[in-house]
Amino acid sequence: MAAIPNLMPALPELLLAVGALAMVLIGAFQGEKSLRLLEIMAVALFAVAGLVVLSQTGKQITFSGAFVADGFGRFMKVLTLIGAAAAVVMSSDYIRREGMARFEYPILIVLATIGMMMMISANDLIALYVGVELQSLALYVVAAMNRDDEKSSEAGLKYFVLGALSSGMLLYGMSLVYGFTGTVTFDGIAEALAHGGAGGHKIGLGLVFGLVFMAAGLAFKISAVPFHMWTPDVYEGSPTAVTAFFAAAPKMAAMAMTVRVFVGAFPGAIGDWRQIIIFIAAASMVLGAFAAIGQRNIKRLMAYSSIGHMGFALVGLAAGTVSGVQGVAIYMAIYLVMTLGAFACILCMRRDGRMVEDIEELGGLSQSQPLMAFCLAMLLFSLAGIPPLAGFFAKFYVFTAAIEAKLYYLAVIGVIASVVGAYYYLRIVKIIYFDKPKGAFETMTPALKGVLALSSAMVLVFWLVPGPLVSSALAAAKSLF
Amino acid sequence: MFGLGILSGLLILPLVGAAFILSLRGDEASVRSNARMAALITTLVTLALALVAWARFDVASPQFQLIESHAWLSETIRFKLGVDGFSMPFVLLTAFLMPFCILASWESIEHRMKEYMVAFLVLETLMIGVFVALDLVLFYIFFEAGLIPMFLIIGIWGGKRRIYASFKFFLYTLLGSVLMLLAIMAMYWSAGTTDITQLLAHKFTKELQPWLWLAFFASFAVKMPMWPVHTWLPDAHVEAPTAGSVILAGILLKMGGYGFIRFSIPMFPDASQYFAPMVYALSVIAIIYTSLVALMQEDIKKLIAYSSVAHMGFVTMGLFTLTPQGIQGAMFQMVSHGLVSGALFLCVGVVYDRMHTREIKAYGGLTNRMPVYAVLFMVFTMANVGLPGTAGFVGEFLTLLGAFKANPWVAFFATFGVILSAAYALWLYRRVMFGELDKPELKGITDVDRREMVLLVPLAVLTVYYGLRPGAILDAFAAPTDLLIKNYQAAVTATKTALLVVQ
Repeated sequence: MAAIPNLMPALPELLLAVGALAMVLIGAFQGEKSLRLLEIMAVALFAVAGLVVLSQTGKQITFSGAFVADGFGRFMKVLTLIGAAAAVVMSSDYIRREGMARFEYPILIVLATIGMMMMISANDLIALYVGVELQSLALYVVAAMNRDDEKSSEAGLKYFVLGALSSGMLLYGMSLVYGFTGTVTFDGIAEALAHGGAGGHKIGLGLVFGLVFMAAGLAFKISAVPFHMWTPDVYEGSPTAVTAFFAAAPKMAAMAMTVRVFVGAFPGAIGDWRQIIIFIAAASMVLGAFAAIGQRNIKRLMAYSSIGHMGFALVGLAAGTVSGVQGVAIYMAIYLVMTLGAFACILCMRRDGRMVEDIEELGGLSQSQPLMAFCLAMLLFSLAGIPPLAGFFAKFYVFTAAIEAKLYYLAVIGVIASVVGAYYYLRIVKIIYFDKPKGAFETMTPALKGVLALSSAMVLVFWLVPGPLVSSALAAAKSLF
Repeated sequence: MFGLGILSGLLILPLVGAAFILSLRGDEASVRSNARMAALITTLVTLALALVAWARFDVASPQFQLIESHAWLSETIRFKLGVDGFSMPFVLLTAFLMPFCILASWESIEHRMKEYMVAFLVLETLMIGVFVALDLVLFYIFFEAGLIPMFLIIGIWGGKRRIYASFKFFLYTLLGSVLMLLAIMAMYWSAGTTDITQLLAHKFTKELQPWLWLAFFASFAVKMPMWPVHTWLPDAHVEAPTAGSVILAGILLKMGGYGFIRFSIPMFPDASQYFAPMVYALSVIAIIYTSLVALMQEDIKKLIAYSSVAHMGFVTMGLFTLTPQGIQGAMFQMVSHGLVSGALFLCVGVVYDRMHTREIKAYGGLTNRMPVYAVLFMVFTMANVGLPGTAGFVGEFLTLLGAFKANPWVAFFATFGVILSAAYALWLYRRVMFGELDKPELKGITDVDRREMVLLVPLAVLTVYYGLRPGAILDAFAAPTDLLIKNYQAAVTATKTALLVVQ
């Protein structure tokens, strides 16, 4: 019998897994009335897991090299946990009012989060795939959580079909990579790339095929163009609270996984994957900017916005340097804060007991709810990347990395896309500030107020104290190289 | 105090005032009067502090002064502030014009006074920040952040086409600026720092300079604005409330000229020399073309807006003559235009508040009912024309002198602008002020009241004073101009020698 592997590096994941099983038992015995308790448990589990993640140090590898806990992983895990915890907090009121208050909801979110943490920490292809599937299966169910609602079911099904397709592509790519390198561990693949073949750095065509298929699968998970089609439909169809979750935590994990695969496993093939990433980044930024202009539904708009933002984050990955990865880390952290704040506002767009999703419904918000209007406007300016708000610094770091890597065209496309993108964010600000009042929304719940206040405060004052985030992102990036 | 210097104080003070106004509670009428009073006091205190800074400022030195530096993004990107002879006049101009803006909005802003004052105070911080920033990234942040309050000011308190104007203003200037952002990053990787004092000493390679120059040019040309990217300005001016127009014409346009003099010319001397003919051409077109366009305007504000574009043409022309006269003249022109065009927009605001129209046709014969107003308007019109004895003359004269030294043809064509400016300005004056007072709506119009006197008289006095004693302003940037020219000559000569050596 093999020795028990060192479990300590995976302690946060184990904690969550044990907690999730306990939650299933409680839910099964107590039924729907245990929902409140389960929500509290979920948030507490996320908090404890976050603390454990923060207490880890150095680079630890376990499970025969399949699992790694390093600085980069810790950084992204903390973001994921924040996103997941905020999603549980923000959805608490929503799921009760929309008749989807089932005890499975917090459990599924915890399970999805375990999958995400596996994705972040995966150090070989198999662990990565297991993480992806655990996350995805939980997410498919959550998307269709409001099972009496046609749109929600449609969103769940669409997500499932397309998600399965992308998982297939990912798997196919992995099998090619395994076939041509003879190993599944990232370190092994990197080794094979560096020394494989007679010509030293010559990379076989089959391996490149594998790389392309993996890139396609990963692009689907971060909803980058041209694998973005599911995003607007799933964002719009899913219950809003679920959309808020989709926009935050899974994006962190998927981006972390993408970075780790390319930078960790394929550093020797940077010339090959960089072109792919450059194309995906540019296409995502441009499509995100232009396609959002015509949207009337705020959730669809946020979907295109997230496509664009993933493109911007990928600019950092395209650079493929320490400052590039630092840029990605900073971008994702700031994107998380902004998107949570924006969804806190969207979640309280409720009038006469019904959710409204049309952007026009925000008309004159500055007069009916001035404080909320101000916070939302600042978040929108930040999403547009206008200084001195946090969103500017996110873009600043990725573009600085791109310039350092001499990717001038990509940077120029990016900044022009950001100007086009500014137009649709401004359009919302215009509706909020310049249009005739349409009456107030129902009052915000304390949970939503808290999330909105926190995120807009961070967006507003980030420029005064940027140090902690910038330096921890730098430390995270260095751990990958 | 708290390890912060006087320049930080200038940045913090308006924000404190804004925070105070935000915290005001109560019924609408009291909030309204408290908000504007608090804003006025804040801007006056800021002006006083700016004067203190001016008193501590050593005019004779070409170096950066009152420097303070705080930890920020990283070791190489710091929160660094400081002023020299080029930036100090603009800091003073900003602090000086703000109380006028607040006073001009005293009655004319009818709704959401609290938000309005907050937006203006935040804008003041950001504008001062542009001129005192000694770090490129910090400069960019202040430079761009001003768009947010200005967008809201035009969009919320503007005229009929405010939404179109606000979007155009925002997107135009943003598009220009993002390219500058990329250039800033390229400079960071090339020089290893964004500290302006170190960048001024850094020699950028001859291959890099044109690209950096063009990227900066894209931003500053839109901001100036230069022909053909000036079209946002007339729209923004017409739709903005009076105080917004004053700030636009008085300060925001000057950021472009300040950018040229602070970055483009000293940091990219070879590229500046290379592109100077293009700038001449654009400037001359701007001067003649926009003056002709101004002739045909039917809206008073639009006419002044086009005349601003023409005057900014003199500034760009003067700057790129790269002669001491041209640069001093351009600096002087910017300061005097800040006073004069600001005053002209205030004058338009006076009649707009009474009649709620800016159409020239709606007026006529105002001298009969508003003699004091007519005199004040005359002073500013003459300054706008560039009559000797007013502040407007000195700048135009010096820039033309510089242009003559650099290229007589440029000076020849630019001089037409002086003639044309007399044509449109005097014609405007005749149509609005003289003639019979036969329009029934105008019969009951009243002359300037005490508040408006307080607004216009100091500006009129300064306009004449600086026309007679230009030295009061010119001395401020004499020293840095000398240094700039000396460094420029050295850099260009060095490049030439290098070329000769290669050959």
